[in-house]
Amino acid sequence: MNLTRRHLLLLLPAAGAAWKYVLAGTPESSPNYKLTEHWWGMLIDLTKCIGCGNCVRACQAENEVPDGYFRTWVERYHVTDYDIENPQVDSPDGGKHGFPAAKDASGKNFFVPKLCNHCAESPCTQVCPVGATFVSPDGVVLVDKQYCLGCRYCVQACPYGCRFINPKTNTAEKCTLCYHRITKGLTTACCESCPTGARQLADLKNPNDPIHAFLKTHSVQVLKPYMATHAKVFYNGLDGSVR
Amino acid sequence: MNAFKDAGHLFRLVGVFLAGILLFLVLRGFLVPKSFGQYGHYRGNALAEIAARPVNFAGHETCEGCHTDVLEKKKDGKHARVNCEACHGPLARHADDPASVTPEKLDTAVLCVRCHEANAAKPKSFPQVVSADHSNGLACDTCHQPHSPVIAAVAEGAK
Repeated sequence: MNLTRRHLLLLLPAAGAAWKYVLAGTPESSPNYKLTEHWWGMLIDLTKCIGCGNCVRACQAENEVPDGYFRTWVERYHVTDYDIENPQVDSPDGGKHGFPAAKDASGKNFFVPKLCNHCAESPCTQVCPVGATFVSPDGVVLVDKQYCLGCRYCVQACPYGCRFINPKTNTAEKCTLCYHRITKGLTTACCESCPTGARQLADLKNPNDPIHAFLKTHSVQVLKPYMATHAKVFYNGLDGSVR
Repeated sequence: MNAFKDAGHLFRLVGVFLAGILLFLVLRGFLVPKSFGQYGHYRGNALAEIAARPVNFAGHETCEGCHTDVLEKKKDGKHARVNCEACHGPLARHADDPASVTPEKLDTAVLCVRCHEANAAKPKSFPQVVSADHSNGLACDTCHQPHSPVIAAVAEGAK
């Protein structure tokens, strides 16, 4: 058969439509999990954190986080008397191996675990030029590795320093709130391994979640509320010196 | 009629534009995945792909399904609410195949001090020791059983 220009013009759109089905890939894999029934966050009770670094190690084991990079880490604050605007903060290897004895045991010393705040109005997703990062319908900020260009806009945009570029894949990476676990009914790796219960995964859409009772009876704060990011990681006992 | 006298080249131009638009639409059909825009300005299938990752921490409910004896030991002790994998590490592979994957024996000299070594930044109510002064170099589990760490003789004396 002689393929004329007319034939080609007719064939191309048909081929395009067919290819779309090839690209569609796998559909939703957790059949019992309904995106619209959840709104995930976390509660961190600083009065319970002992700086053991279990969460940091668990996160690295669960998510294959490269050495020297952190999806969650623990900071130690030291505040002398009234000088809350100049805290001394250290985090040796992200607190992965715990902390050495404090240089100065006077004043105020405490630990602050950090992770992605899974902001409802996240600055990092707003700057992505290709739609590779997004807030999922259940409130988790995720990165689509296949779409990420590694342009680093989001790394700069996060006010909490929670993102990095994975040196192997050259794509942006961050805490997924163990999305592969929470969609299967498990808690996150960091919460699972926290020995004191300082970290608690919270489903804000579930009326039976203990977070609602906790929020009613405690003075809870988010990090950098003036950034209006609508962060969903809530800290109990957060000191004013924490950045 | 004079206005359209030399309009032939304009029609050709329109034709070129239409062909370009058609080509764009075809290419777009090729390149934009079907699930893009399913939930928002991103690939909807990314959610399922991220959720498909295998788990490493089995979760304490899984452990407790078999190790009921340990659960019994733990339940009245101070470590009742410390999850198994907080000390034993990620063991989903053991849970999937208990016969061939066995957990390593733990070293209490490393493990206990991770939490209980004294540090000024820890909450004052949390039990802490200076390990160098506390046990004269004895292993922690000489006196304390990790699943229920209170020393039996001390517990008896208190009664």
